[in-house]
Amino acid sequence: MADLVSHPDEVKVVSQRFGKGAAAMDRYLELDGYKAVQKALASGPEWIINEMKASNLRGRGGAGFPTGMKWSFVPKESAKPKYVLCNGDESEPGTCKDRLILEHDPHAVIEGVMIAALAVGAKTGFIYIRGEYRYLVDIMRKAIAEAYARGFLGKNIFGSGVDLDVRWHTGAGAYEVGEESALMESLEGKRGIPRIRPPFPAVVGLWGGPTVINNVETLASVPHVILGGGEWYAKLGTPKNGGTRLFCLSGHVQKPGVYELPLGYNLRKMIDDVGGGIWKGHKLKAVVPGGSSVPILKADEIDLAMDFDTLMKAGTFLGSGGVIVLDDHTCIVKFCLRTTKFYQHESCGWCIPCREGTDWMKKTLVRFHAGGGIKRDIDNLNYLAENMLGRTFCPLGDAAAMPVIGMIKKFREEFEAHLEGRPCPFEEHGAAVEQLPVLA
Amino acid sequence: MIPVSEQLDHFFTEKMKEYPTQRSFLVPMLLYAQDELGCLSNQAVEYIAGKAGLSQLEVRNVISYYSMLTTKPRGRFHVQVCTNICCQLRGAEDLFEHCKQRLGIGHKGVTSDEQFSLEEVECIGACSWAPAAQVNYDFHENLTPEKMDQVLDEYRSR
Ligand SMILES: Cc1cc2nc3c(=O)[nH]c(=O)nc-3n(C[C@H](O)[C@H](O)[C@H](O)COP(=O)(O)O)c2cc1C
Ligand code: FES
Repeated sequence: MADLVSHPDEVKVVSQRFGKGAAAMDRYLELDGYKAVQKALASGPEWIINEMKASNLRGRGGAGFPTGMKWSFVPKESAKPKYVLCNGDESEPGTCKDRLILEHDPHAVIEGVMIAALAVGAKTGFIYIRGEYRYLVDIMRKAIAEAYARGFLGKNIFGSGVDLDVRWHTGAGAYEVGEESALMESLEGKRGIPRIRPPFPAVVGLWGGPTVINNVETLASVPHVILGGGEWYAKLGTPKNGGTRLFCLSGHVQKPGVYELPLGYNLRKMIDDVGGGIWKGHKLKAVVPGGSSVPILKADEIDLAMDFDTLMKAGTFLGSGGVIVLDDHTCIVKFCLRTTKFYQHESCGWCIPCREGTDWMKKTLVRFHAGGGIKRDIDNLNYLAENMLGRTFCPLGDAAAMPVIGMIKKFREEFEAHLEGRPCPFEEHGAAVEQLPVLA
Repeated sequence: MIPVSEQLDHFFTEKMKEYPTQRSFLVPMLLYAQDELGCLSNQAVEYIAGKAGLSQLEVRNVISYYSMLTTKPRGRFHVQVCTNICCQLRGAEDLFEHCKQRLGIGHKGVTSDEQFSLEEVECIGACSWAPAAQVNYDFHENLTPEKMDQVLDEYRSR
């Protein structure tokens, strides 16, 4: 399957078992498997949550919310059952890391779910894997069955008197289902339409019970925090940005791949050293540093420590860890169009600003890139995007708006170069996209 | 008569016990039934509606939401080419054009011998190994038009 890469600057924590056959139970046990959950069982929920808080582990799904704090929001007493839900929908363009974890270290995900369940007092966890990842669903099914066979899951786990179930589930193709409330709808057997918040899932989640939702990588990091200690994990990164994460380098670098680097690693180094620089002797033009939904950075803006706070100060986000690199032969308008096409396709249609906004932006960009743009389009695109920000039911609207606003802000001159019926300056024969009627 | 195999029906019945509501396993059930039947026929919808305790309309409502689910038959080998940004940056447009030419069909088309169908898809989680495609559930990565030809020939000979 997907090739593994390595680089001397890597600090392998969550990827330490990659390529070592740890999907098999015996091998996982040899590599310290299921020790963390036993330590967690012996130490109790309060201790777990304190270690998690000390670790400064922040969610790897996109928003970077502190994991320990998220767990602490779950009420101790609840009339309804509590749940842990592992988000393996991985669909944000640029993101291909959860896939490697599920393939090479599925038991670490199970163990992470178990520890989260112990911390919040849940008896059941679900691991939701996107439908396209069928081979990973099969790997996970086998791993869960093995864990039951050894008595690590089910009744009275490790003779502790605690009962704990972990189940697998799969989607059937939908980016929106990665959004936490739509994910719960999907798991309940419905269309993946977001729920209004508050109440937040930690209070009212799956089937009305308090629910912790975390990304695959977040949960797979948990056993390492528990075994190594929160303080150790925190020190691997920068203040308030604990640990390491999997960065998915893609686009025009010589050596694309998934690399585990400490939070705070310099972005320029990541591209030049880890990624081997830009391909074909070309020059760097821009970087989308956290998956397709985050604002773009220009080539001279990348001397940045890759952590959540630094990128936010720089006007963008660390997001899902997808670092997309663009060379100087790339047409930004075309890139913007393809990004927007994606969000238009994936908008669930539930709320109007997102459904209509993404569609309108896409139509404008199709025409614009094909050479039928007018000057007003540029401000109009920006206006549309600005009016989606914060006005949609779920953050998909923001995810669609932010890249457009960013690209217009940083590359307005390139949009202007497409004007007045000229074909795309990056393509010899004009734009290779469907032509829409030119606006008068 | 149920449209799916007895094993699959049994698997559904057992798996459904893991959830607090009858409809919860609906989405996977639709996907696994489709894998066996080729598409979600009227008969399949009727069967799954019964299984999940829903009306057929409710089931169709769910089907229409998920991009992998289909009520129309696809080819024996469903070729899904990602053209999203990371793949686009590394030649996915040419790759998709090449597949169209080679198979003689367009987006969501099916070849007349029903061996192949083609679809332009969104990110499949292979961004660092772009451009990428899936044939049924198999991933094919770091593709070129030449490599794609080999891949297609290999399926054709199966
Ligand atoms: C449109 C949309 C899609 C999302 N897709 C994913 C996804 O595929 N995987 C994921 O872990 N989080 C995704 N998220 C973020 C989740 O809503 C949620 O914040 C996350 O799973 C929480 O886990 P974490 O705290 O461990 O990051 C998405 C959010 C939005 C708005
Ligand atoms: S963009 Fe093609 S696999 Fe992610």
